[in-house]
Amino acid sequence: MSAVHVSAKINGDTVEYVCEPDETLLDVLRNRLGLTGAKEGCSTGDCGACSVTIDGRLTCSCLVLGAEAEGRDIGTIEGMAKGDALHPLQRKFLEHAALQCGICTPGFLVAAKSLLDHNPKPSETEIRFALAGNLCRCTGYDKIVRAVMDAAAEMRRA
Amino acid sequence: MANVLIWSSLRSHTGGQANLQIEAGNVREMLDKLGDSYPGLKPQLQRGVSVSIDGIIFRDGWLEPLKPESEVVLLPRMVGG
Amino acid sequence: MPLDNPQSAARKFNLVGTRPVRPDGVDKVTGRARFGADAVAPGMLVGRILRSPHAHAKIKSIDTSKAEKLSGVKAIVTRDDFPDKTDGDALLYDVLYNVMAREKALYEGHAVAAVAATSASVARQALKLIKVDYEVLPHVTDVDEAMKPGAPVLHPKMFTDGVEPKPKKASNIVRRYEFGHGDVAAGFKHADVIVERSFKTEATHQGYIEPHACLASFGPDGQAELWVCTQGHFMVRDTCARLLGMDVSKLRVTASEIGGGFGGKTTVFIEPVALVLSKKANRPVKVVMTREEVFKSTGPTSSASMDVKIGATRDGRIVSADMELRYQGGAFQGSPVEFGAMAAFAPYDLENVRTIGYDVVCNRPKQAAYRAPGAPMANFAVESVIEEIAHKLNIPSIDMRIINAAKEGTKSSYGPIYGPIGLRATLERAKEHPHFKAPLGKNQGRGMACGFWFNFGGQSCVTMNVGIDGTVSLTVGSPDIGGSRASMCLMTAEELGIPYDKVRAVIADTGTLGYSDVTDGSRTTFATGMACIQAARDAIKKLCARAAQIWGISEEAVTWENGYAKPAGPNAGDFAPLSLKEIAAQAAQTGGPIAGHYELNADGAGVSFATHICDAEVDPETGFTKITRYTVLQDAGKAVHPSYVEGQFQGGAVQGIGWALNEEYIYGKDGRLQNAGFLDYRIPVCSDLPMIDTVILEIPNPGHPYGVRGVGETSIVPPLATVANAVSHAVGVRMTELPISPPKLLKALETLPQQKKAAE
Repeated sequence: MSAVHVSAKINGDTVEYVCEPDETLLDVLRNRLGLTGAKEGCSTGDCGACSVTIDGRLTCSCLVLGAEAEGRDIGTIEGMAKGDALHPLQRKFLEHAALQCGICTPGFLVAAKSLLDHNPKPSETEIRFALAGNLCRCTGYDKIVRAVMDAAAEMRRA
Repeated sequence: MANVLIWSSLRSHTGGQANLQIEAGNVREMLDKLGDSYPGLKPQLQRGVSVSIDGIIFRDGWLEPLKPESEVVLLPRMVGG
Repeated sequence: MPLDNPQSAARKFNLVGTRPVRPDGVDKVTGRARFGADAVAPGMLVGRILRSPHAHAKIKSIDTSKAEKLSGVKAIVTRDDFPDKTDGDALLYDVLYNVMAREKALYEGHAVAAVAATSASVARQALKLIKVDYEVLPHVTDVDEAMKPGAPVLHPKMFTDGVEPKPKKASNIVRRYEFGHGDVAAGFKHADVIVERSFKTEATHQGYIEPHACLASFGPDGQAELWVCTQGHFMVRDTCARLLGMDVSKLRVTASEIGGGFGGKTTVFIEPVALVLSKKANRPVKVVMTREEVFKSTGPTSSASMDVKIGATRDGRIVSADMELRYQGGAFQGSPVEFGAMAAFAPYDLENVRTIGYDVVCNRPKQAAYRAPGAPMANFAVESVIEEIAHKLNIPSIDMRIINAAKEGTKSSYGPIYGPIGLRATLERAKEHPHFKAPLGKNQGRGMACGFWFNFGGQSCVTMNVGIDGTVSLTVGSPDIGGSRASMCLMTAEELGIPYDKVRAVIADTGTLGYSDVTDGSRTTFATGMACIQAARDAIKKLCARAAQIWGISEEAVTWENGYAKPAGPNAGDFAPLSLKEIAAQAAQTGGPIAGHYELNADGAGVSFATHICDAEVDPETGFTKITRYTVLQDAGKAVHPSYVEGQFQGGAVQGIGWALNEEYIYGKDGRLQNAGFLDYRIPVCSDLPMIDTVILEIPNPGHPYGVRGVGETSIVPPLATVANAVSHAVGVRMTELPISPPKLLKALETLPQQKKAAE
């Protein structure tokens, strides 16, 4: 199998890498680019811990090949804060104690941001269904939902 | 002389007795004497036990003192998750 | 360590009880925090494990010759690389056997060999080239089937302990336990109503989102380093050192951030394998489990089969309670059946009680602890029967519990007499909660249950060092699985009288701090917290001594108040108070670095009681159950950081909801796990649930300076029965087998006679 050369944008920066044809985008992010914020929880697209956006669309990076990222705009957790200014979602997760072990947190933040980018005023039910693709085992989701509602409210006021 | 209560399924090793009188000043002495007096208890003691003294559970506590009026209960070694 | 100020109702705290942001928070919301699989090392190899496809088989031979020739393969290990150094320790031998199969593969997924290679794809290819000659044997995966005479026997030398006469034939029954007091047969004679029922629960997995992962680096000098996600890195060090026959001091283990444990990461699975591979290859080896391996080859909890018989008089008083529990712990001894047997009736004041437990082995992965091990299943059975009796006697559920509740002075069902406990308080508080009065709609039912967990203290070691600017470095040995760093900083800052953000907590590796027991047993805030408090008090003594030196007065004449050393009284002298910062600045000149230290084996961990209330709505067409409302009331003794206490309540409750409604290990006739992934092993998702309401009670634990009780485990104990009771009331069918998945519920509804439906 010969390696593939890929050129893509990650969090706004142009990036080039070489990967095997059967490597997932998640493998590339973690093992070749040192972006370990996306996590491998299941590798079958069931847990959402590997969530990224591709051209603005929420995706499980374990279900995408590294080669498929050619020419695309990838958004990861590492690009969510602007310099040292945390995104309102990141701040609200901390305020509301919406994380315990923190392994699912990057996935939830990427998914929640994607939700609010498309729907700035979601109801509790809409939030719960939008985040149903992200598994959390520690929190029972209560504080996560509250954090998202609070962040959405703050972002609407801004 | 401490009064030690052992759990029901261990009584086959103590001739059916539940309450045992053991001459001991601390937990270590008590456990050693239990094993010596009732060798059938040794495997369980080796696997591990916790000891409750007057309602407080000690997972290790060999040096915990025992008073004559102490209520001592032998329990399986505590685990958690 | 006793409660401070037992006379005064409550100490007034400045920081303890507030909700600041946790110190590791920013790292976790930015993706910077490093978990088990996030470490790399130069020259690192990828390790993969070959696992048995058979539930039970003799391993006749393993041929690794072809695999060894594959380019990129640097080491291969089998049972031959794991000589027995357990020195007669039977339980440690089981760990060794579980880590790498020996004569037999005892479950599907049992490790048989492992390779370290230059890439994942080479490692995968190498596994395919390893030839294992199996002689497949008959298998058994059900606990009751495994107990029957004629069942395939796993261990030829297993003769049931605790039964008379001692059996002559080997079986799968490890041991019989019995607890209780009084005379249950005599007690039943006085009962006006008796309910007798059998219950079954299936194995569930802790379900942590992070698979096991570690990076081992073994040098030719016999020293090794290990980076691993674990609940107890000292336990990992000591276990691996013993298994490998090396000095404990030669193995340095660093705990990464951990992505969930719940008891499943309180033992070793891949770590000894990674170390042996690294030793053989003389290069670092990273081993990361796949999700399928996590389900098949780590430690789910036991499946259980239980019979309960309870008798009560018309006024609701339970006169006799009898129970038999049968738990399978996988292929090796050690299911938590004795804890189920002890916890089953623990909330109640009973004159006649008996619990019998059987620990059984079968061809499944070796079980590991799961949050209050053994208690949830037993609680499900008992609280279901008590609910049925309450219903028959026309007594409200909550009153039935209150009438029989244990209190201070009650002889518990497992032996000791209770000290001050918070059970009645949580029940009384639950009774007044608006949840009970909320109206119920069509196809909705309400259930409740109460439960508890023992909690324990254990060993902890803490050092705190005062920096040149008066800020404090707090070094602890307990991996942080749920936000404990924040609580440690709160307690330390409280004692010192300085702001919370002036204390920074770090989790030391095994080479840089004294031993700490595993983060389990709901012990961290209790025991490690106690060590933090004592280490701070130790430092305060030293700070006062420095102030005394600076002022030229005696140490006894100095007191510490709100972050300042002060003269103890007007006779001591007229000196302006010295802040921690000011004393720290003069440390070098007054004797050198200032630190506080404490290590202990903490005892006096108080039990934590809880009451749960649940409303469930059942769709009679699909059998789907929706939880519409859920409330947790639990005694925390003292909530150091209330948000994280609430988090424990909510997380445990939701794991219990999943256990009650969806989660189960499904085995095929071939003994293979059918649902080894998150799609078909269905844990609760965000859209399944409502908000989980919480009420924190604080009945101080007399064994802790602040009154802290462990809270992490109790919350998984009541939800199985709470949900089952709610569903049973909603549909008029008593559900006795978990999970109450849609197919099971529909089947139960079909067999329900119409008149019974009307009566309920």
